[in-house]
Amino acid sequence: MWYWLHRFSSPAYFYRFAGKATPWLAAITGLLLLAGLYGGLVLAPADYQQGDSYRIIFIHVPSAWMSLFIYVVMAAAGGIGLIWHIKLAEVVAACSAPIGASFTFIALATGSLWGKPMWGTWWVWDARLTSELILLFLYFGVIALQSAGEDKRTASRASAILALVGMINIPIIHFSVEWWNTLHQGATVSKMGAPSIHTSMLVPLLIMALACKFYYATSLLMRARAELLEREHNSNWIRDALKNHG
Amino acid sequence: MAVLSRDLLLALRRRSEVVNPLLFFVIVVTLFPLAISPSQAVLQTLAPGIIWVAALLSTLLSLERMFRSDFEDGSLEQLLLSPCPPTILVLAKVLAHWLVSGLPLLLIAPLLGVFLALPTEAMPTLLITLALGTPVLSMVGAIGVALTVGLRRGGALLSLLVLPLYLPVLIFAANAVAAAADGLIVTGQLYFLGGLLLLSCSLAPLAAAAALKISIH
Amino acid sequence: MLRAVDLGCERGDRILFSGLNLHLHAGEVLQVHGANGCGKTTLLRALCGLTRPATGEILWQEKDIRDDESTFSDDVIHIGHHDGIKQELSALENLRFAVALSAKSPELSAEQALAHFGLTAQTHLPAYVLSAGQRRRVALARLLLNAARLWVLDEPFTALDQSSIGVMEAMLHQHASNGGCVVITSHHAIPLEPGIHRELHLTT
Repeated sequence: MWYWLHRFSSPAYFYRFAGKATPWLAAITGLLLLAGLYGGLVLAPADYQQGDSYRIIFIHVPSAWMSLFIYVVMAAAGGIGLIWHIKLAEVVAACSAPIGASFTFIALATGSLWGKPMWGTWWVWDARLTSELILLFLYFGVIALQSAGEDKRTASRASAILALVGMINIPIIHFSVEWWNTLHQGATVSKMGAPSIHTSMLVPLLIMALACKFYYATSLLMRARAELLEREHNSNWIRDALKNHG
Repeated sequence: MAVLSRDLLLALRRRSEVVNPLLFFVIVVTLFPLAISPSQAVLQTLAPGIIWVAALLSTLLSLERMFRSDFEDGSLEQLLLSPCPPTILVLAKVLAHWLVSGLPLLLIAPLLGVFLALPTEAMPTLLITLALGTPVLSMVGAIGVALTVGLRRGGALLSLLVLPLYLPVLIFAANAVAAAADGLIVTGQLYFLGGLLLLSCSLAPLAAAAALKISIH
Repeated sequence: MLRAVDLGCERGDRILFSGLNLHLHAGEVLQVHGANGCGKTTLLRALCGLTRPATGEILWQEKDIRDDESTFSDDVIHIGHHDGIKQELSALENLRFAVALSAKSPELSAEQALAHFGLTAQTHLPAYVLSAGQRRRVALARLLLNAARLWVLDEPFTALDQSSIGVMEAMLHQHASNGGCVVITSHHAIPLEPGIHRELHLTT
């Protein structure tokens, strides 16, 4: 197990493995996405209150889940890179940040689009939307720090610390915002994704969530390959890999 | 602690760097009655938020002082090479920063409370929230400065990194003051701020010390 | 005393040097030569633990310097490109602070150390009125205060006048004969006996 982990974390092995795995993951992503969208947009019935506009949750909810999930992965990978000096972990953390920020943005944008017909306004200071907005700021901080340094490894290590600090802060921020929101609760705050959800809606939602996970994996591997090429451009294994390619 | 007394002595010799953030704090607060309305009722509801946002921004102005000049003249390397553990160094520097920039905010805040028509019942709460909250700002800020000190243009980046982390302090502190102005009990909020202070005192020096080591790389 | 095994350092994505081995015994002065930008400063910073090398390890008395940081940092003084002098503090205050940071009690008083470098008249002047050479001398006076056995000096002769260069050379000599180690970069030929003077040429 340990041996396998060590082998996998070597950039050369990872590069080859990721190259082979990417098309498969991309295919799975595509299939899940088609199934989820078909289930969500065609098969699932319209909501008796919200009509068809609720269907945006099939993108909104998985994106919101992914935004937090990717932050955790990013902080964990950053921590591993920081402690054991594994280059691959640094690369994974660096490549996760933009993907996570995109999902956070999608969650915010779809939430706002959904809010217009529901609440009659593009933006409400709902606890979840506010937390998501702050999460986006945290992502921006990590990305900005990552791209600010001249030395990529130093920048990676710095942004790993920031991600870990953010990780400790996310529950605190979330709790603060929830608490703040209950104090200032307006008349029209309704929660998305009601607790009792019909199976015909739940199944496509879960498929979509899975599709997002696979999309993340695909995109992460592609980005990590590109990032590895850039970071390791004067090492031997890259020369060999490029030679084999023709 | 040698580092603490040195930083205080340095602050004494560079008084303008200490006074400027404080003046900034006062000026920002006086902008609001001019921009919004001088009506007592309006100011009273906005006062806790205004004072706390101004305190946040003024802390942000003075944060860089903590490590930037030491980094530039090479004394930071000496400090980190000294036998003194880096977490203790960070604690001493944060304490010096708070004494020079947090404590004065506390002292001048009652005056601003009067400017903004904050009821006298809320004054003690305002002072307690500042006493508990501003050290957290210095602690968390130390992490941000330690991360950005090696970068040539760290200033704008620093606010991007640090401000989101300041939100819990802002939410609870401003709310406690507002609640106290309405005559409500605010022990819950104060305990929470105290908890944040303990948490930041125990974890922030570790994170800032690790960040400094990376920054001087 | 000081040993580096298979040391390699990178700056950005450029490899400065790799596979470097060195072994410095008590009483030896190692002068590092090389063209600008070949990694002399990085090597020196790695040797005193400021920069983490990309590969290899550094041993002080056969112990990795990262395992026992507080003992090692008591044994080493690094004087780099920047003097580490606070402009607002006087020469004396700067040195007293350096003493206060170290765990050992100093052999000389801060005043004596300044006098050694001919800075008696400048003792109480704030550092911002001193010339670059005088500030350099204040920084070098730290070497006399803490009985560190390893000196890591990056271009210590920069901005010094002829008589201070003489003082500094005599100090290197004295330190080596007391069993200390020195790693130094300088473009200046240091007059030392061949027995204690070792040289390292870094090439890109």
